[in-house]
Parts: sequence; C-alpha cells; structure tokens
Amino acid sequence: MTAKRIYHSVKLERDRCVGCTTCLKKCPMECIRVRNGKARILYELCIDCGVCIQNCPHHAKVAQTDPINSIYRFKHRIALPAPTLYAQFRNLTSVDTVLNALLGLGFSDVFEVARAADIVSATVREMLKTQKVRPLISSACPAVVTLIRLRFPELLPHVADVLSPKELAGRMAKEEYSKAHGVPIEEIGAFFITPCPAKMASIHSDRGSYVDGVIAIQDIYGLLSAQMKQPISEEIKRKRHATWQGVNWANYGGEGAALDNNNVLSVDGIHNVIYVLEEIENGRLNDLDFFEGSSCVGGCVGGPLVFENAFVAKNSLRKLTEHMKEDEKTHPLPPVEPRDDIHLRAPLEPLPGIKLSDNIAEAIAKMERIEALTKTFKGLDCGSCGSPTCRALAEDIVQGRANELDCVFKLKEKVEQLARQMVDLTNL
Amino acid sequence: MSNEHGEQVTFQETRQVEQGDFATAGQIAASFKNTLKKLGVASPVIRRIAIASYEAEINLAIHSWGGTMRLIIYPDRVRLLVDDVGPGIENIDLAMQEGYSTASEEVRMLGFGAGMGMPNMKRCADAFKIESVLGKGTSISMDFNL
Repeated sequence: MTAKRIYHSVKLERDRCVGCTTCLKKCPMECIRVRNGKARILYELCIDCGVCIQNCPHHAKVAQTDPINSIYRFKHRIALPAPTLYAQFRNLTSVDTVLNALLGLGFSDVFEVARAADIVSATVREMLKTQKVRPLISSACPAVVTLIRLRFPELLPHVADVLSPKELAGRMAKEEYSKAHGVPIEEIGAFFITPCPAKMASIHSDRGSYVDGVIAIQDIYGLLSAQMKQPISEEIKRKRHATWQGVNWANYGGEGAALDNNNVLSVDGIHNVIYVLEEIENGRLNDLDFFEGSSCVGGCVGGPLVFENAFVAKNSLRKLTEHMKEDEKTHPLPPVEPRDDIHLRAPLEPLPGIKLSDNIAEAIAKMERIEALTKTFKGLDCGSCGSPTCRALAEDIVQGRANELDCVFKLKEKVEQLARQMVDLTNL
Repeated sequence: MSNEHGEQVTFQETRQVEQGDFATAGQIAASFKNTLKKLGVASPVIRRIAIASYEAEINLAIHSWGGTMRLIIYPDRVRLLVDDVGPGIENIDLAMQEGYSTASEEVRMLGFGAGMGMPNMKRCADAFKIESVLGKGTSISMDFNL
C-alpha cells in the first residue's frame, strides 16, 4: 500500500554546519533536528524542496547532483535544458543560442524540456474536457508531488496522470534520437539541467525515470555562458521547437496560463501550496478546474540551484518570451497535439512518513504523553533544543530522539533546583 | 482494548471555536488531521473526519455563540463531539436537508452557509447523533469506525 523512498538529494556538509537553528525553523516539513551541534534530516519526511539550502547562512545544506563529466558514461548524450536555464541569461533574444552552446559542451543532442511542456499543456487541456475529478492537480513539481504522497494521500486521485515535462522530454529525446541515428536506447543518456534538488530526487525515486542524470544550473552556467560567445557552425545548428508558452513554465503561473482556462489557480512557495492543499482536502475548492503548485517562490526560476536571482531571472524570461511571441507571429510553429500515451510511469502511492507506532493503542498512549509533555513547555517554539517546536520536542522525547533537559528552560529550572539543594546542604 | 490497569486507551484533543471566527476556519480540521495521521489512522477515514470537523467548525462560527470540538480516539473508532452554546436548531429535519440554510446574507457573501454542512457531516460519519435545545445550544456526536 505504501511505498518507500531510498534516495534524497539534500545533504548536510557536516563541517560547515555550526548547529544554528535557521534551517530548523524554515523547513516546511519540520523534518530537521539539531543534535550534538549538527543539523540532521529526518529523511522520511523530507520532500527535497531545498528551502534549507536557500536559507542556510553557512552553506552547509547542499544538493547532490551529477557532475558535468558524468555525461561521458554514455556513448550518446542528450541535454534536457529546463526553461529556467534560459532565464539565467540577461538580454537573451533566442533560445537557439543556448541550445547550440549546449552542443559545444559535449552533448550529442539537445531536447527542449519546454517542448515537452507544450505537449503536457495540450494533453491536460484535453484531460480537463474528458475527466470529472476536480480540481486536477499538476504533477510537474516533484516536491509538491512528494508532499501530496506524504501529507495529502487522499488527494492522489486528483494528480494529473501525465508525465512531467522533464520525464516526457527524457523519453521523447531518447526515442527520437534512437530512431534518427539507429542506436539502441540503452546507449543514450538523457541529462536534465535542473534548477532544484527535488528533480534529482525524483529521478532516483521508487518510481523510476526516463532521465539518467541531473546537472545543476549553477554548475553548468559558467561553461555555458563562455560557450555561448563562440560562433556556431552552420552544420550543427539547432532551432527551437518549443513555443513561448512552454518556456513560460519556468515562471509560476506559466503552466496554468498555457491551459487557456480561467478557472485555474497557480500558487508558489511551499507553505502557500500546503495551505491550498488543505483547502482542497477540506472540499473548499471543488469548483476549481486546475491547481498548479510550485514549491519554490516565483516558480522554477526561484529554485535553489539556479545562478541568477529569481526576480532578475523572471524579468529576463519575460523579455525573452516577448521576443519569442513576436518571432512566432512571423514564423509560426506547428500546432501541438495532445497525447494519450504519456501517463505517469507508475501509480502514485502514499508515503508513510513517521507514525508514532504501528500499534494504534500504543500510538494513542504515546500521543497522550506528548500532549502532557507539551503542556509543561513554555510554548515559545524557540528551537534552542534542536527541535522546531515545543510539540516536536515532546514527540522527539517520547520517541527517544531527545530528552527533557534539551529544553533550555527545563535546564534552567533544574540548575536552580540543584543550586537550592546545594545551599540547603551547606546550611545543614 | 485496554491498558495494564484495565482502562480503555483513549486520546482526546479539545479545541474551542469562537462565534464569527472565520479567519482561522480550517485550523482545527488541520490539527485533528495531523493527530490522526501520526496515530496511523488510514487516510480515507482521516479525510472523512477532516471534512466533518471542517463543516462543524464553520457551523459553530456561523450559528453558535461559541463552542468546543472534541476528538476522542479509541483503538477501534474515532468520536467527534461538537457542543455549542447558541440559539439551537428549530427544525432538525429541515437542517439535515441539502441546501437548507438559515445563514445570514453576510455569511453567504463569505462563501459559507450553502446548506451543505449538516448533510456533509452525516454523510462522512458512520454514526451521527444530534440533539438541540432552543435557546440553549446544540450537541452533535459523530462516530467513525477504524
């Protein structure tokens, strides 16, 4: 019934961690604890959103992604640029510049993820006509999908049964390359150029992937911008296939806007997404057609692994898509057809998270102790104990992950008590 | 099921709702849901309880002068008790009908009071009991089997 995840991209660089409580307080899943002066992640609850990476003042939270030279594991290598990659370059007027520069970095070919996004949009437009479930929830943001599997399993039937643009791009890239060059699929590696760690975690998930590796935008940015200054030889020249709307997926709201439907809600920032999912679960948004949730503020341009500031990137993307719109007026692209063969690789199953106990009677007893303990704390949720809230500390104590004197106020009380005893003893 | 002293093992969570408290509507349902999830209750049951408690919470905010919501968890069932001080319900049969509502225009403008609250609660629960005294208040008891 429930599945198990084995891989996470978000890691701690132990030497850099000073044991402050910044990540602890920011984590939307309350899955970080500071113990013995170092942060640790309760991975059962982590959705690889990367909020801790963005907020750690000591750069101790990092994302594990693949190094660029890992592409040479494969004889044939295809780059899958996320549309967010284009947004890293100011004054970019043509996507073609980026596509061609990628070929100069050792890739045999390049397949635009934005092109797959166009197909996903066309397919979801069709699904909204044929499917009854409302609202339909986007399957594109892997952090949001994992969040739903963990915390909103009842909403899983709402998640659109369509591949994310990254996965569809990986599949189509390999199919097309294999056909065009007559090489077996196994010899082709598809490498997604990512703005976020959740995409990395998703290719190594229990559900498998059409993508073989993930390279962080910030790791490829320098090489790519140098390569973009090189002239492109005519015989290897690539041209874009994706529309401006596909590229606009990099901004939050871009996916929703491409549906040509007024009754769509687009929300960015994981805390806001959680709030709206609660509303959907309470049955408050049954009249909504589609919900697009982006874990990162601003959408993918706000990802933890990008080079450019999210607001600057958003503006660059706006200018680029305006150029593309103009270009499409004079050079129209072929219409994008929906597809009915691009379903998710496997059904989405709930993830267990952390239960108090497998035995409900025992769980109830533990819950009572947690409740009683919580009342004995001050309720400041200061985080000094290394748990994000007083309640979380109570739960950690009951689960054997912490002890009462981790609370500074309890410690102070204890010290005062000991001091009094000392005084009493000396007065004897 | 009972503990070593022969007492039945239960867990209770009690929350207050104040009259007109729409701004925080949904918080109690979210809190109950979180508790049930930690206890390992199956998610379809959690969703039914969440919807019922959400509807109850809204009802207390709209119609009552304030009340309490109590979640009692037994090893084999969950009981949700909703007690308010308020005007009471004049005609319970009418109140149980879909689309029947006595909510004010002001409340309807907030998007509440569609007359689906009570029928929704009944539909979600495995057992549903309601008692109301005019001028005193209303008590609802809902059971959900685990």
